Amino acid sequence: VTLDAAGFVAWLTGDPWFGLPGVPSLILQHLWYALPPALAAILAAVPPGLWLGHTGRGGLVAINLANTGRAIPSFGLLLIAFLLFGLGVWPIWIALFALAVPPILTNTYVGLRQVDPDVRDAARGMGLRGREVLLRVELPLAVPVLLAGIRTSTVQVVATATLGAWAGLGGLGAPIRAGLAQNIFANPNARAQALTGSIVVAVLAVAVEAVLATVERRVTPAGVRARDTVEQGVMTDETAKIAA
Amino acid sequence: MTPLLGQTSRPFPDWDWIGANADVIGRLTVAHVQLTVVAVLLGLAIAMPLAVAASRWPLLRTPMLAFTGVLFTIPSVALFVLLLGYAGTGLTRTTALIGLTIYTLLILVRNTLTGLTGVAPDIREAADAMGFRRARRLVQVELPLALPVVMAGVRIATVTTIGLVVISTVIGVDNLGRLMLQLGFERRNLTAAITGFVLVVLLAVVADLLLVATERLLTPWQRRHREAA
Repeated sequence: VTLDAAGFVAWLTGDPWFGLPGVPSLILQHLWYALPPALAAILAAVPPGLWLGHTGRGGLVAINLANTGRAIPSFGLLLIAFLLFGLGVWPIWIALFALAVPPILTNTYVGLRQVDPDVRDAARGMGLRGREVLLRVELPLAVPVLLAGIRTSTVQVVATATLGAWAGLGGLGAPIRAGLAQNIFANPNARAQALTGSIVVAVLAVAVEAVLATVERRVTPAGVRARDTVEQGVMTDETAKIAA
Repeated sequence: MTPLLGQTSRPFPDWDWIGANADVIGRLTVAHVQLTVVAVLLGLAIAMPLAVAASRWPLLRTPMLAFTGVLFTIPSVALFVLLLGYAGTGLTRTTALIGLTIYTLLILVRNTLTGLTGVAPDIREAADAMGFRRARRLVQVELPLALPVVMAGVRIATVTTIGLVVISTVIGVDNLGRLMLQLGFERRNLTAAITGFVLVVLLAVVADLLLVATERLLTPWQRRHREAA
């Protein structure tokens, strides 16, 4: 077998190749699997995280959720979701949503709890009420940690969406699976499929990470930014990749 | 959207299947544990000298953390397949081990570095005043004091690795992921898939508890602190 170079180049720019949709379509499919559950997880996890962090209640639950989440095999969750709910976009959305919630909830909670109690007292002393303390003082100070949680979850969801291909979905896992199903060492076309899928999904994950890191820097108040460059903690959930 | 399970008549949970396949399940569990242990030990062997170097030469810190950070961001399926492309045929297990080791590095380097730089300067000076040379100060003073943070990293790295091992199933490496993918999903056997899932979670919990116990054994002075507190 020789490499179909012309077909390969055309595939990169949009033509189908060996039964696979063009690479741009695969990227869009991939984002269609990954982004809705990531957004839904932000909407679902931030408000309870804020409430728990503001009131200081449920700390044990919030922290343990992240630790438990880390132990959950994402691939297994995905495959079981497909077995239970059938093939389609909903099972992958449900599984990815479940994976994305814990880091966001935990980081929102931790971000609020690590606000200096003196600052909180000062805000109350200035006459701010509970809601105002949360929105005008605690939230801005918690933003870096909160966004780190969103970044962890989103990158993880983009990574895990790749695995949907092993249940027959498309996305950037599809060329990887199709390539691996043949002998990538003997068949240069299969090799090109598998390597292209891997490289594109790797670049996509790194790009999402970079974009969200930039947003994080932009949104972080200047005072907090100065403090954070000094003490880059290990305690945030940033170090926790949950099996993706 | 119809459940895939309607296509078979297997009951759930299918205890007979578990009983009949106990040897396979055991073999895959052992393989899973082996991959995890070797990857974390290799990761420690690489991360410790890197972290020690970065604690001594601060200029190394930013590039080292940025590099391990980027590697950490790459989806594991992609990393396994890219490594496989270089490793060549028949080396899937080695490929998986290299990939898994790479993923432990960010966590282990970062935590070891934080542990080492967190040692109070007074303590360092006291060791110097007692005539400790750098190597001895590192081994007898700084590393023991950094141990709780290092162990926190080892715990996160171990639990994370147990989950990542599952993904190496797609390049054909035997582990509990086989119960979820080939034996579970592909044969529409919910019992197999859930058995694999539960065993992976159990492994993670047991490994974490063992590491907590290990940390307590290794840091007897902390126990005195705990009792005093």
